[in-house]
Amino acid sequence: MDQVITCINCPVGCRMTVSLSDTGEFLSVTGNTCPRGAVYARQECTLPKRIITAVIPVEGCRMPLSVKTSVPVPKQLIREVMHELGNTQIHAPVRAGQIIIHHVLNTEADIVATRTLP
Amino acid sequence: MTDRNIDILVIGAGPAGLAAAIAAREAGITSLLVIDREKEPGGILRQCIHNGFGLHRFKEELTGPEYAQRDIDRAAELGIPIECSTMVLSVSRDHLVTCVSPVYGIQRIQAKAVILAMGCRERPRGALCTPGTRCAGIYSAGTAQRFVNLEGFMPGKRVVILGSGDIGLIMARRMTLQGAKVLACVEIMPYSSGLNRNIVQCLQDYNIPLLLSHTVTDIRGLHRLEGITVSEVDQNRKPVPGTEKHFACDTLLLSCGLIPENELSLGAGVSLSSATSGAIVDETFETNVPGIFACGNVLHVHDLVDHVSAESYKAGCSAASFVLNRHSEDSYFSVMDGDGVRGTVPQRIHRNVDSPVDLMFRPAGVYRNCAVVVECGNIEICRKKAQIFTPGEMALITLKPEHLRNLDENILTVRIERN
Repeated sequence: MDQVITCINCPVGCRMTVSLSDTGEFLSVTGNTCPRGAVYARQECTLPKRIITAVIPVEGCRMPLSVKTSVPVPKQLIREVMHELGNTQIHAPVRAGQIIIHHVLNTEADIVATRTLP
Repeated sequence: MTDRNIDILVIGAGPAGLAAAIAAREAGITSLLVIDREKEPGGILRQCIHNGFGLHRFKEELTGPEYAQRDIDRAAELGIPIECSTMVLSVSRDHLVTCVSPVYGIQRIQAKAVILAMGCRERPRGALCTPGTRCAGIYSAGTAQRFVNLEGFMPGKRVVILGSGDIGLIMARRMTLQGAKVLACVEIMPYSSGLNRNIVQCLQDYNIPLLLSHTVTDIRGLHRLEGITVSEVDQNRKPVPGTEKHFACDTLLLSCGLIPENELSLGAGVSLSSATSGAIVDETFETNVPGIFACGNVLHVHDLVDHVSAESYKAGCSAASFVLNRHSEDSYFSVMDGDGVRGTVPQRIHRNVDSPVDLMFRPAGVYRNCAVVVECGNIEICRKKAQIFTPGEMALITLKPEHLRNLDENILTVRIERN
């Protein structure tokens, strides 16, 4: 079974054709123009993952703090991660790169500040 | 009356202004100043909290604030002064800049060279001729992005997005993640002007329909937006009667194109291109006004900040050369848009150029398996093949100095050759 997917690694957005077995297992990919594409294709067909970026409110500060997941998290967990972020309370000061939540929802991803709030 | 004399004044502390200032300082200019009307440097990147920036330049994926911070840190390392909360009121032809700030009040700064790096604005509702009432709840996508990411509040709960530019796509995802329901993204053209990756990770991931060849044909609501009508359009972009769909929504976000912000440039006597709405420049990014340079989105709207930085770094080097009195001969090629090509930058190239020149342009349509060709009279001087050209992605062809030797004509034409 063939499936066409678009690579999201970079702005080129290669259209790749993925071959899957009858049981849905990844077999091969064509159409990628770099090795990152092949890695993405395999991941996308087994357990799709995304980097999540969001903002969380900071107590006593009008401007919220922008954050990201340090590594991509499974797509099906996006809602839960957002929920977790909604319940997070933090105080300034925060340094860019500071870890706000270690291993969010027991994934490998930390929630990391992407800006400094003095 | 002049309050200060400096060598180079950079207007705008976004990625363009920062890269230009860093380049000028590295080229040996010690007397320079960057000014910005916002209270912090970083420009629009401050509100672009999503990832995807910097892959070309840093070989890693950064969020907007992280990308901006690298340039801010480098500028600080080099001791480049940045004055924020400072609004430029005018720039004169001879580089006298009038600005106002809470700290200094009105001040006049005489510069030897000025770098215009003010970025662009979003096309507003008034420019779209959309019918309907003048209710609250209609924002440009970038304004909504500022509300959500910098000011910390949501502009609405049920959202339709008009236009499928990258900011619109990014905001579709952002609003969804923050709990809003995004009903549809509506695009008048038969293709999206956004990047494919954004259609996948911002719309498809969240099952948001992309309605191509559709537009908004009515806006309803007395005080607050209550609903809109969307219709299919024909090949001439005219709504087709009988195809109306109604959406109950409280928010309409507009992502319908960006326009370089050139009021200051015009005041300085800078000539603008009708194709790009930015200045007409040569390959050093100097405008028709000697000593005034333009770079980044104020010159032409880019897709990627990496390209803005690269272009602006060159502009900063050029401005430094200008101040350090390294003038080149004033004999030029004119660069013209040919078939399938719009808004080529630069519009002029010195005949005796001694380093490669990137010609950047927007394809006029979607073209597959074709080539971009640069010609001088009947002579083809350069060619580059491509699998696909789309108006959503800026195209580029690099001319080497040797391409431009021994040519009799003065006009270079860039065109797309279709099979």
